[in-house]
Amino acid sequence: MASAAVSQPVHPRPAIELHDASVVFGTGEKAVTALTPTTLRMDRGDFLALVGPSGCGKSTILRLASNLIKPSSGQILLGGRDAAAKEMRIGMAFQNPTMLPWLTIEKNVMLPLKIVEPFKRSFQRDKKGAYRDRVHALLAQVGLKDFANHFPWQLSGGMLQRANLCRALIHDPDLLLLDEPFGALDQFTREELWQTLQELYLDRQPTVLLVTHDLREAGYLARRICVMSARPGRIISDRAVTMPQPRDIGLIYTPEFVEMTQGLRELIAQVRN
Amino acid sequence: MKENIRIRIMSLSLIVGFFVMWEVLCILLGVSDLILPRPSEIAVTLWTRFPVLWPHILQTLYATLTGFSLGVIIGVSIGVMIGTSRVAYGVAYPLLVGFSSIPKVAVVPILVLWFGSGTTPAILTAMIICVFPIVVNIATGLATTEPDLEDVLKTLGASKREVLWNVGLPRTMPYFFASLKVAITLSFVGAVLSETVASNRGIGNVMMTASSNFQVSLVFAGLFILALMGVALYAFFSFLEARVTGWATRGKDFAVT
Repeated sequence: MASAAVSQPVHPRPAIELHDASVVFGTGEKAVTALTPTTLRMDRGDFLALVGPSGCGKSTILRLASNLIKPSSGQILLGGRDAAAKEMRIGMAFQNPTMLPWLTIEKNVMLPLKIVEPFKRSFQRDKKGAYRDRVHALLAQVGLKDFANHFPWQLSGGMLQRANLCRALIHDPDLLLLDEPFGALDQFTREELWQTLQELYLDRQPTVLLVTHDLREAGYLARRICVMSARPGRIISDRAVTMPQPRDIGLIYTPEFVEMTQGLRELIAQVRN
Repeated sequence: MKENIRIRIMSLSLIVGFFVMWEVLCILLGVSDLILPRPSEIAVTLWTRFPVLWPHILQTLYATLTGFSLGVIIGVSIGVMIGTSRVAYGVAYPLLVGFSSIPKVAVVPILVLWFGSGTTPAILTAMIICVFPIVVNIATGLATTEPDLEDVLKTLGASKREVLWNVGLPRTMPYFFASLKVAITLSFVGAVLSETVASNRGIGNVMMTASSNFQVSLVFAGLFILALMGVALYAFFSFLEARVTGWATRGKDFAVT
């Protein structure tokens, strides 16, 4: 775990801290426990992959971190402060690309600059100048240079996810939350996007929390992997991935890598029942 | 594309054929022009009486559009209010359904009682009659907005107003414009209705007066004008709809961007 920490003493507080945070939906007999009291710390600049069987509460942790839901008990701190304090700038991407269908790709990607300070302040002034250039530069980096003025329905699933990544990163978030962002893509497109994401991550060094079903995805991208048990979920394994980054995509076929994912696989198979 | 043009031509010939049939049948069966004037007679009346009819056309248009604009403002406000809050939706909906199920004709006498005859009841009838479809469509559009789309903004820390402005309202535009097409037609009906009952101006009134004076071809001329105005208003809002909400239908010309 220690190997995963980035040597930046500027920010003393961890990016994400869950202190016995639990989530229960509903009340009384109909109450459903989505997350049993969980404690988790994540350092700034780290890349953590959360894997586990479906319904184990992976996405719940992500939604806690994004402040979309509040913990039923316990506490969640972002950058040492309450999640509502907006201490950390957050970028998020879901499995569904959720591009707004009435906006072009350029305007979709630009959306966070319209909402998030300090970009919001000068949005009206910069939207046709500096911000537009910023969006185009990022789109070019993920290979969507020529699609800025297209509408979402004119793009393929893989292209939409690239745009989605751009939108999650355009406002230079401190914290990037990814909820199975490549789940609906074919294997080739997925591997391409892993590389794109790795490049963007190493380039910008945000703190990344990735929820995924895909063990190879977790192993290839993350510096740390947490395995969760079946519902009600809790973290049963927490390990570092020490292979140096950037990693070549060929890595996922090496015996060392296969052995690691195999170990994770067995672990999850055990806790599924 | 070719199919399209063929359908247009056929539709045009149907319209022309309808009037030709009308004309021919009237001549063959010797129908009195006091019962059903021939289209050619109506056309002549339209042409010769047009200077007299013109101020009435403007009056009807004015009542319709004023009532419609008020209706849109009120309808959108109520729609946004009950569409963004589940509580307000549940509380206000039964009352709205109650109001909407009143035949609007029945309201005209009350409006006349309150405001006297003239332009005011025409405007108010046009307004009342078009509010409900707008409210329902706005509220439905907002209430059915995909939570995923809203989550995108919420994770960025957007305020409720920003979510409404950037996601809710644009998402609702197709519903809004669909309701405008219905609403403008209803407003038009409302204004003319009120004019026939209680006004001394407007096409509705012209038709009433002409009918009591047995100027049958003038009655039909009025009907023609109403039909043309109705089609024009509908076409205008269809055009607007296609321009603003093309993203929702992925129209053919829209794809070429």
